[in-house]
Amino acid sequence: MKHTLSVLVENKPGALARIAGLFSRRGFNIDSLAVGITDDPDVSRMTITVDGKEHPIEQVTKQLHKLINVIKITDLDPHNTVARELALIKVKSPARSRGEIMQVAEIFRANILDVARNTMILEITGTTEKVDAIEELLTPHGIVEIVRTGRIAIERGEK
Amino acid sequence: MKGSEAIVESLKAEGVEAIFGLPGGVVIPLYDTLYDADIKHYLVRHEQGAAHMADGYARATGKTGVCIATSGPGATNLVTGIATAYMDSTPMVAITGQVRSGLIGTDAFQEADTTGITQPIVKHSYLIKDVKDIPRIFKEAFYIASSGRPGPVVIDIPVDMQLAELDYKPQKKINLLGYKPTLKGNRRQIKAAARLIARAERPVIYAGGGIISSGADRELRRLAKMVQTPVTTTLMGLGTFPETDKLSLGMLGMHGTGYANYAVTNCDLLIAIGARFDDRVTGKLATFAAEAKKIHIDQDPAEISKNVVVDVPIVGDARTVLKDLLEELKKLEIDTGRTEPWLRQVSDWKKSHPLFYKDLKREIMPQFVVEEIYRVTKGKAIICTEVGQNQMWAALFYQHSKARNFISSGGLGTMGFGFPAAIGAKIGRPRETVIDIAGDGSFQMNIQELSTAVNYNIPVIVAILNNGYLGMVRQWQELFWNERYSETCIECQPDFARVAEAYGALGITIKDKNDVTDALRAAIKAKRPAVLDFRVKRDENVFPMVPAGKSITEMIGGQK
Ligand SMILES: Cc1ncc(C[n+]2csc(CCOP(=O)(O)OP(=O)(O)O)c2C)c(N)n1
Ligand SMILES: [Mg+2]
Repeated sequence: MKHTLSVLVENKPGALARIAGLFSRRGFNIDSLAVGITDDPDVSRMTITVDGKEHPIEQVTKQLHKLINVIKITDLDPHNTVARELALIKVKSPARSRGEIMQVAEIFRANILDVARNTMILEITGTTEKVDAIEELLTPHGIVEIVRTGRIAIERGEK
Repeated sequence: MKGSEAIVESLKAEGVEAIFGLPGGVVIPLYDTLYDADIKHYLVRHEQGAAHMADGYARATGKTGVCIATSGPGATNLVTGIATAYMDSTPMVAITGQVRSGLIGTDAFQEADTTGITQPIVKHSYLIKDVKDIPRIFKEAFYIASSGRPGPVVIDIPVDMQLAELDYKPQKKINLLGYKPTLKGNRRQIKAAARLIARAERPVIYAGGGIISSGADRELRRLAKMVQTPVTTTLMGLGTFPETDKLSLGMLGMHGTGYANYAVTNCDLLIAIGARFDDRVTGKLATFAAEAKKIHIDQDPAEISKNVVVDVPIVGDARTVLKDLLEELKKLEIDTGRTEPWLRQVSDWKKSHPLFYKDLKREIMPQFVVEEIYRVTKGKAIICTEVGQNQMWAALFYQHSKARNFISSGGLGTMGFGFPAAIGAKIGRPRETVIDIAGDGSFQMNIQELSTAVNYNIPVIVAILNNGYLGMVRQWQELFWNERYSETCIECQPDFARVAEAYGALGITIKDKNDVTDALRAAIKAKRPAVLDFRVKRDENVFPMVPAGKSITEMIGGQK
């Protein structure tokens, strides 16, 4: 099972390197990692997706906890969490396929950010599955480049 | 006040009395301040020596060891020492100089990314970017190094930070959002543990180095006595339980005693305290105390169920938890007689699988030297070891009875650790006899520190069990690699006694068994650094031995 860990980290030099280093040293693979500031400028939030099948998630979180800069870790409950990812996709779009691509974009509520003579850039926000799905549909047209932010997530409710 | 002065003030505020180091370009300002500070600095001959001395000092005293090195090569020379401290959880603060802030990242002269290089082997590290942070960072560093599960902390200080001015105020408060070691164990878990202990018929305590860091050896002894439970210790735990006691099983694991390994394999309750189920201890995991319920008391939650899943985990400081556990046990009426058949069984194993070696008439057996060290010092010495066969013989043939009196690189297995660690230990506890039980290979990895020992007249004794081999590796080649001795015979050996004399230490070569005792006595009496070159039987092996990955009862050479 994929786990989404929401990690509050002191915004100190080297904190990100320590976390990335810990994953590589302990042989844990990161599926995705997104970092951003929080409402408190001294604290950053990292959203880390890991595969719990490959590594016992308990070891991952305990080892993370040992890092002095890590303040809090939440293993987000997927049933009670809203998770999103953003992707920018540059796809080949010669005149003959442009219409079809725009249709796909519409179905997925993707924004078209840029149209060049032979390519187009789409912006899509959604669950990882949704991003995967649009990627799959666009692949036959020829994806030039895709940039994904990695998953960010937040728990529902009052907490 | 200058940054360098704030550093020294901060060190004094932490009660630092001894520092080990060697200067270089970017720590000249700090050394200039140390020049007339009242903290004793020991100039080493290689920075690795400084790190191990700080480590040995820490292990012998419980205080945090401090070492200093310059940037680049100075700092990289510390790396093995930092890793050694990390693996064995010893409190240490390593101060490294760094190039001027403005030059960081430019491949400046003697620049190395010290915090980057050491990141996987430190408990925490700092790169000072603002001189005002010095008091806070030092306060935090010492707190982090010494509290919870101890470990090394690196503070990297650019040279301009040592020179910049600040308004120094001693730091009192510590505010670390992400660091709060658990002291007290969970009540319910402790109760559950007590119930298991009260019911167990074949219990074994498996005690590790965590007992030493937490100072829980008295509580451990009380627990063992109270519930009549045999105790085995890891290499790191040697000394926490007196091996002269009938409940002692000695060390367990790859080179453990036969009776310890049988007892652990057959127990119905394993009480692990401050130990981490290392592969050298457990052998094949699936058969390690397979039938037993398991209690695991440890300061570090990440150690719980890392290698072995346990029934009752208790996170907390070993001493605090044991105190509470003893209270709980008092409430239950425990029939101490219930472990009697088990203790009889253990005692049978002790008879059928004793530690032994074949003593010779003139030739010196390495085990004999270790036993003789025990007799001559009445078991009161601080024993340091190098790594290899010497280490295992020192662990097995000396009856360890006191915490902090056995100092060895367990986790990393660092050859060259023992001698500088012995110097550090002697500085920390000058009244004790300190002996490094060494191998001829290992000793040469930090032999240059003889100069340091002579320089400050630190009378440590190096007892080389000289077999002319990288003996432990040779042993593996003999047993598992068809006697193909690839690069383990040290063809060209210096005359260690003459090397010692050249450095200004006492050097004695011993070739006859009958001279062993006198040589030891002479070295102790000399009150100056001494090297005893014991030419021991060359191809002697350490037994029993469990081949890597096998169950710990599958011992080679375990029976007479
Ligand atoms: C720095 C380092 N390099 C290599 C090893 C691998 N190693 C383990 S034991 C050993 C032999 C040590 O020889 P010596 O010090 O003479 O001890 P002996 O086993 O002969 O008692 C070696 C090379 C090590 N532990 N540490
Ligand atoms: Mg040797």
